Amino acid sequence: MEFMTLHDFMFWTKGMAYIGMGVGLVAFVAFWLFLSERDEDKFADTEEE
Amino acid sequence: MSHHTTPSKTLWTPANILTAVILAIGLILTVKRFTMGLGSVTNLTDDNPWGIWIGFDLLCGVALAAGGYTTSAAVYLFGMKKYHSAVRPAITTAFLGYAFVVFALLYDLGRYYRLPYPLTIYPGPTSFLFEVGLCVALYLTVLAIEFSPALWETLRWKKLRFWAHSLTLVLTIFGVVLSTLHQSSLGGLYLLAPSKLHPLWYSPYLALFFFISSIPAGLSMVIFEGRLSHKFLHHKMDQTHIDEAPGVTLGFAKAAAVVLFTYFNLKWIGVALDNNWHYLSTGWGTWFLVEMLGFVLLPCLMYAVAAREKNQKLAFWASIVTVLGIVLNRLNISLVAFNWQLPTELRYVPSWEEIMITVFIVTLEITVLRICLNKLPILHEHPEFKGAH
Repeated sequence: MEFMTLHDFMFWTKGMAYIGMGVGLVAFVAFWLFLSERDEDKFADTEEE
Repeated sequence: MSHHTTPSKTLWTPANILTAVILAIGLILTVKRFTMGLGSVTNLTDDNPWGIWIGFDLLCGVALAAGGYTTSAAVYLFGMKKYHSAVRPAITTAFLGYAFVVFALLYDLGRYYRLPYPLTIYPGPTSFLFEVGLCVALYLTVLAIEFSPALWETLRWKKLRFWAHSLTLVLTIFGVVLSTLHQSSLGGLYLLAPSKLHPLWYSPYLALFFFISSIPAGLSMVIFEGRLSHKFLHHKMDQTHIDEAPGVTLGFAKAAAVVLFTYFNLKWIGVALDNNWHYLSTGWGTWFLVEMLGFVLLPCLMYAVAAREKNQKLAFWASIVTVLGIVLNRLNISLVAFNWQLPTELRYVPSWEEIMITVFIVTLEITVLRICLNKLPILHEHPEFKGAH
């Protein structure tokens, strides 16, 4: 991609980085749920109450 | 675990004979290196002043020794006492790892006898290298004190053991701070060479990448060595270590999965911030994708499935892929993608002597580690100090 101004470059690269962060954060939630879904002590505190 | 091996009664095992041969060749090459100079055994040039001894022995050695600070931080700072049995093996590996990093550095330094100079005669406090040197020197001291109780227990020097043990919390905090500094600074060294390092590996966030990737490297080494200890040194482990081993493996697998996932995302944000997407369609891009998908994302998913399914064997294989991935990453940055624009005939390829000395140093480290695990109370508690730590 060609950039004519520094503003164009920053707008594109920062924009892509922010999109990546957003996707990464949403994906992390899904990843964490996958990772901890079968944890035996997941609801241990709730059961004690 | 029922398939562990029993201790061998003879010294003349194939492994010991191979070790002896490697050590003998290494000693001969060591004499050659220190009597005839760097040029007699290396392919280093002015274009490539840092070779495999820095790329593998130092960068990989420091990253793979990160199990010391990650494990002690988990146990003593975050209160995860269920991993306590992993602390001593992790500290032992870290201590030997750093000690041999310094040992390997002596081979690489033209004037090795000037190693203390940056801390005494010519300090350069604005240099990343000074920071690395200072931190490694201090952290090696910290690790030596953290490791020493095992030695004092064997010698039954109770006062020294009490003194060293009472410093545990302070040393752990100090160790985490020093590790954060020098693990990242090793990556920071390459910030000096933006035109030499390929853009897919160069990033203003290299220091951050080095630090974050050192965490799964350390965790993976603890899992890897734990499994091997379980298999080959089962007779040296007490019931506590045997009982806690599955928890350590699966807990560390979960932590490694999370950190690898974070690292994978951050690496892509690094590509986005430098707008390096167009390099992905080149040969270098393919190699970068091999590293990212095969040695970061793949072990991340393997660890995640292992932690979810409570599969220790899968966690062990994931630890091997992660360790290989860290080695690949450090070699890519220091050797493969470094000086990528130079013509092929000017590129660095290590000589067989350089490789052999690296093999010698790794073999020597494994030999010392085997002796420590066999002779010191590392995989078991000393009978006179049960529950004293």
